Amino acid sequence: MTSTTLTTGKQEILPPPTERYTVLGWIRKNLFGSWFDGILTIVGLAFIIYAGVGSLRWAFTSARWSVITDNFALFMKGQYPLEQVWRLWVGLYLLAFVVGLLWGVFVRQRSFTAWVLLGAPVLFALIVLIIGGSGGWLSLLLVDVLAVAGWALARWQPQRTRRAAITLLILYFPLLILIIRGFGAEGFLSLVPTNLWGGLLLSLLIAVVGIVFSFPFGVLLALGRQSQLRAVKTLCVIYIEFIRGVPLITLLFMGQVMLPFFLPSNVVIDRVIRAMVAVILFAAAYLAENVRGGLQAIPKGQYEAADAIGLNGFQKMTYIILPQALRAVIPVLVGQFIGLFKDTSLVALVGLLDLLGIARGVLANPNYIGRQIEVYVFVALVYWVFSYSMSYGSRRLEVALGVGER
Amino acid sequence: MSEPIIICRDVHKWYGQFHALRGVSMEVQKGEVIVIFGPSGSGKSTFIRTINRLEEHQRGTIIVDGIELSHDVRNIAAIRREVGMVFPQFNLFTGLPVLHNITLGPIQVRKWKKEKAEEIAMQLLERVGIPEQAHKYPGQLSGGQQQRVAIARALAMQPKIMLFDEPTSALDPEMIKEVLDVMVELAKTGMTMLVVTHEMGFARAVADRMFFFDQGVIVESGTPKEIFENPKEERTKLFLSQILHH
Repeated sequence: MTSTTLTTGKQEILPPPTERYTVLGWIRKNLFGSWFDGILTIVGLAFIIYAGVGSLRWAFTSARWSVITDNFALFMKGQYPLEQVWRLWVGLYLLAFVVGLLWGVFVRQRSFTAWVLLGAPVLFALIVLIIGGSGGWLSLLLVDVLAVAGWALARWQPQRTRRAAITLLILYFPLLILIIRGFGAEGFLSLVPTNLWGGLLLSLLIAVVGIVFSFPFGVLLALGRQSQLRAVKTLCVIYIEFIRGVPLITLLFMGQVMLPFFLPSNVVIDRVIRAMVAVILFAAAYLAENVRGGLQAIPKGQYEAADAIGLNGFQKMTYIILPQALRAVIPVLVGQFIGLFKDTSLVALVGLLDLLGIARGVLANPNYIGRQIEVYVFVALVYWVFSYSMSYGSRRLEVALGVGER
Repeated sequence: MSEPIIICRDVHKWYGQFHALRGVSMEVQKGEVIVIFGPSGSGKSTFIRTINRLEEHQRGTIIVDGIELSHDVRNIAAIRREVGMVFPQFNLFTGLPVLHNITLGPIQVRKWKKEKAEEIAMQLLERVGIPEQAHKYPGQLSGGQQQRVAIARALAMQPKIMLFDEPTSALDPEMIKEVLDVMVELAKTGMTMLVVTHEMGFARAVADRMFFFDQGVIVESGTPKEIFENPKEERTKLFLSQILHH
């Protein structure tokens, strides 16, 4: 054998071998590799067909979906007054526009995700159109139009829209709350008290508020737990361990039932806000521990290099340590946010009418006795759509940020 | 002779019960190139890390550029601004592109404008020979390239003193030379350098003085000529014979 190291300059550079399969070849390799694989494939396939056919038959023949279509508005927005529903739509339009702008600035090209995002409203619009609704389908299409408009604007003027897009993103949240809640007793944007908020609207609001506020709080707790200052560290440890030792439902009950005893009788805190605070406090403790895991994965050399070039503690954390730590824990954080979103269904137990609370309310109506399966399948489907979107988004984010590559 | 830029008097350091530095004294003049060598565990890395307070000394005095290292955070910050450091494992900021690795310190600590910092960063990358790597991430570079970026990052702060902690110990033989070449060039510009290394060719070429550390004390010091041709201590002779004739 000749020495390859000496002749590499002259040798051909060969491409890696490509594996080609015929459909049959692929099936043989992956599904019937051995007799045991074969049995598993057949049994699995039989089960899928049995369960799938059964479910579809139920969904299209015996299920009576009128319980959903009749109460669709209730599921979506609870008791939010019908004549004010345009405000929710405005919130959605704004969101579509901001997402469109951000997409144009940061993602730039069209992609499969974009088509899915744009396709969803069209699909829903078609469904509404077919089953006959309150004309909401036009509004849904407007969502798409605004998203595309935002995207086109960002593509047309990328430099100028960049700052505007980020500002809008930051302003969006307070603005949304302002639009939904309103102010003053009469007239334009009159107050809609939180006890009228309900359904999916309430579930999403509690989840989003929980995520947005628990994130900075949790990061601070994680940093506090690593602090050199004994008092700060002890406080953080006590807080985190106390909250993690208590189920969320007890915090919700404490907020709803016990808190009023401790407050002066003239101080009334809104029930929805109490639930939101409980969710935030709860999520922050778990988030802190996840972020701490990310912080521990940062090699000591990164701290030393930051010290050596003279960064102070704050600069070191914001520019070097936290970006790396948070990027490392994106999958865990998104997992936690999905959990948080689903946990908001617990507020139904303290009497708030979120999506699950509305479902229970609808089922208590004598007209819909025995429709549990339809209602719960629908609720599960709604939760799944949102949870899966978050999960998918996180995977895209990981790819975009190159997690695991550097 | 003017006032030395680094003054260390009777510096002690313990790790738990282990006495890592047992009374180290050294004075370095501006523009001197100092090579520190010795067996592993002899305290040589610990010593140069005390100079920019990556390790805290527990007894003795360290004065850098007229500022005494104390618990005063302002003094520590002032010294770190003037002292650059290069690590054995490079320690580049893995989440930032090469250019941002270099400009972060000048922009945040020196408060330079971004354009100025980037211009100087590009000049430094030219100087260490890898301007084409400016927009890559550290993980995409070879070890030798990473270490040259690390040198550029330290130089971007325009320090008065450069500390090198075994800068070539983690590199393949082929890459050691490219890093040493950059260091030789730097020495020629009159930079004050403290270098912990076993690259005796480098020491012979550019060192003004050499210090041999063992068990937390300076066993012997002198010019490269004195150390290589006429070492006085038995321990030095033995160590040199081991690293020069393997």
